[in-house]
Amino acid sequence: MSETPAIELRKINKSFGPVHANKDIDLVVKKGSIHGIIGENGAGKSTLMSILYGFYQADDGDILVRGEKVSISDSKAAIGLGIGMVHQHFMLVDNFSVLENVVLGAEDSQLLAGGLARARTELKRLEEEYELRVDPDALIQDLPVGLQQRVEILKALYRSAEVLILDEPTGVLTPAEADHLFKILEVLKNEGKTVLLITHKLREIMAATDTVSVMRRGEMVATRETKNTSMEELAELMVGRSVLLRVDKQPAEPKAPVLEVDNLTVTDSRGVQVVKDVSFNVRAGEIVGIAGVSGNGQSELLETLSGIRRATSGTMKINGETIDLSASALDAADMRDKNMGHVPEDRHRMGLINSFAEYENSILGYHRDPAYSKGLLMDLAAIKKNAVAEIEKYDIRPPSPMLKTANFSGGNQQKIVLAREIERDPEVLLVGQPTRGVDIGAIEFIHRRLVELRDQGKGILLVSVELDEIRALSDRVLVMFDGRIVGERGANAEEGDLGLLMAGVEDNNTQAVQGDAR
Amino acid sequence: MSAGQLPRWVDLGLIPFLNLAAAFLVSGLVVVLIGENPLDAVKILVWGSLGYGEGIGFTLFYATNFIFTGLAVAVAFHAGLFNIGGEGQAYIGGLGVAFACLALDHYVPWYVTLPFAILGSAAAGAAWALIPGWLQATRGSHVVITTIMFNFIAASLMGYLLNNMLKEQGSMQTETRTFEAGGRLPLLNDLFPSFGFGYSPVNLSLFIALAACVLVWLLIWRTRLGFEIRSFGANASAAVYAGISPVRTIIVTMLISGGLAGMMAINEIMGSQHRLLLDFVTGYGFVGIAVALMGRAHPVGIALAAILFGMLYQGGAELSFEMPNITRDMIIVIQGLVILFAGALEYMFRPAIVRLFTPAQRLNPKEA
Repeated sequence: MSETPAIELRKINKSFGPVHANKDIDLVVKKGSIHGIIGENGAGKSTLMSILYGFYQADDGDILVRGEKVSISDSKAAIGLGIGMVHQHFMLVDNFSVLENVVLGAEDSQLLAGGLARARTELKRLEEEYELRVDPDALIQDLPVGLQQRVEILKALYRSAEVLILDEPTGVLTPAEADHLFKILEVLKNEGKTVLLITHKLREIMAATDTVSVMRRGEMVATRETKNTSMEELAELMVGRSVLLRVDKQPAEPKAPVLEVDNLTVTDSRGVQVVKDVSFNVRAGEIVGIAGVSGNGQSELLETLSGIRRATSGTMKINGETIDLSASALDAADMRDKNMGHVPEDRHRMGLINSFAEYENSILGYHRDPAYSKGLLMDLAAIKKNAVAEIEKYDIRPPSPMLKTANFSGGNQQKIVLAREIERDPEVLLVGQPTRGVDIGAIEFIHRRLVELRDQGKGILLVSVELDEIRALSDRVLVMFDGRIVGERGANAEEGDLGLLMAGVEDNNTQAVQGDAR
Repeated sequence: MSAGQLPRWVDLGLIPFLNLAAAFLVSGLVVVLIGENPLDAVKILVWGSLGYGEGIGFTLFYATNFIFTGLAVAVAFHAGLFNIGGEGQAYIGGLGVAFACLALDHYVPWYVTLPFAILGSAAAGAAWALIPGWLQATRGSHVVITTIMFNFIAASLMGYLLNNMLKEQGSMQTETRTFEAGGRLPLLNDLFPSFGFGYSPVNLSLFIALAACVLVWLLIWRTRLGFEIRSFGANASAAVYAGISPVRTIIVTMLISGGLAGMMAINEIMGSQHRLLLDFVTGYGFVGIAVALMGRAHPVGIALAAILFGMLYQGGAELSFEMPNITRDMIIVIQGLVILFAGALEYMFRPAIVRLFTPAQRLNPKEA
């Protein structure tokens, strides 16, 4: 194909203060293709797409759409040029119907009725053309995420998008929903649309794209035909060196249970039961993984066990001591006193105070430890000494305890949290999304550290939405769906099998459930 | 994304200086518009506040008030709370001082009364902040709303108490009796005659205020409680994750904040007025917000900002005396401009300065 490319970027540069987020980016996207852009968090993918969609202006460089040089000053201009975007976090009004959401911002006239009628006909046409079936009168809040995403795609198509940008579209989807999404993208491609797929997941790139461009540290380092490349090559390009994609570990030798959860039920602030009568245990010397699509109760489970959230009912037995998880006086400090560490799912929201120095963050939650006090005052010398020791042991860079944690990279921030929690020698460690937004180099390190902790005979409960991570680390996998544990599998669980469970398909392998889970 | 780290002297010295310079530049333009010579105005303002012993005395007297109310606002800031009830807390703090002085002044010297007055003022101010703090902590009622409502309640309550209970019998004045020597703090002019503070009311409270600066610094940056307060203020969910109780932190912080505001009454009541009277706070509580903003919630910055506002108060009074065109309202305009540039427009010069002080080629790719 030698026709004019749908999108062409030439020497795009963008800086935020001292951070050069995009450096001389060149990109050619062929019309009617699925073009993947892959890179670690912070590589500059989102910045580049934001420039293309008019959220940011490039400092210099040219954007060509269908061969013509354009300037995209805002998202309205982008839509005018036939560029549509499906955001990572959906931009939908929950209590509006599908139809109303599609029309929102493109009503055409002051009175709604005409626009809505036209939209209904148009939606019907799109539905048939692209096999994007959604009930136009359903409320968004009643739709599963997979369908909500479809509404986002419909919104873009309704605005006659020729180029569709999808930013990390599978983060919230089950594997089956993700596969379905890729089928839709295929249909779009066959109808002549161009798709730009932004992701950090290698598997998706291999499964769905025709061409892939790799970004690293603000630069476009390579563009490959997908069929002529491999996961290993792409990983290497992303990180800049060769990486180990698998975790080396011996089979677990689990001993007595260190954590036993009984009949745990959690209700959220809206009064919805988010964890429903969940019971399981974690034994010393094993990693129990909790798989599930984000939003099926895992976060609430983790927050309840760590004392942050109050349960409606249920108990937890840790080191033989039974704790009523619905007791109102319970807080995170109590759980730390019981020798339970917690690496929270979101280090920015919970794990770290990013305006604090590294050494201050290194005692967050353990600041009441008498070892860090001298009389009425805190013993800063002792705190810094401890921080420096952790920095060395975990190879945290830059090695400066006085630096604010906001100025560390994602991987190093995560190491700060991990060091803090592991070095207090917990009997049980709760870990949520340990490698979210972490570069591949640090992922290796973090995984190795968790396996080491397991081999020291500690119990680890791992919650992750990355199925690969669950499969690589866990000795036992529990699958959560709609607040329940719907199945249990051993260390060598198959992806497809887990995927079905995650999608809520009834488990026929009941024996495993009764066998190991309590 | 952080704004990039600046050298400390830039962050704490240059930027406030630029903000202040901009405020005075605009003020100068206003003076020109009124038809006066801005340079003469500056001369009068500076001379009036720093040019002679008595002027300095007045400046320091006002600064003492501002230090207390500024610290009160700053402590709450660190917990992410905006206590704008310093006015009412200081007013009620006056009750604590007055009770101590009225009870003891006949029997003991001032230095015996003083600890009781400090405790009384702090306890009364803290008590006045307790209800807003408790409501915020347990009911989520915003302290900005409740503390400002409590300012009005304080005004009404004090009016009632002074009119009906505390007024001297047979007197027409809504004030208590004048304290005896046992209820009066020594003036600095009596302690250090050589400085020539003259008839200015600056008194021993100045040192109490400076001691409060040191104690607040220790509290915020050197104690566990301070760590918890700052943690909660910087990231409330991380604080909960760390086992820090939001309810306890909010209430304790509001108590400390209210207590500091209440202590302002020591300077006014025991140091200068020697009696409890209506409306003695006259806006010091509100100006404390500006002092805390300008001092960037740091005790050293607050002490400096308090002196600056003391200068504006004292020099401004002289200015309106010397240049009748410039009324007291004009001084309030200048104060407003300082607040505008130091607080609201704090980030106006910052981006340019960040660019100036960080080499552009330093690549620092993070969550972009």
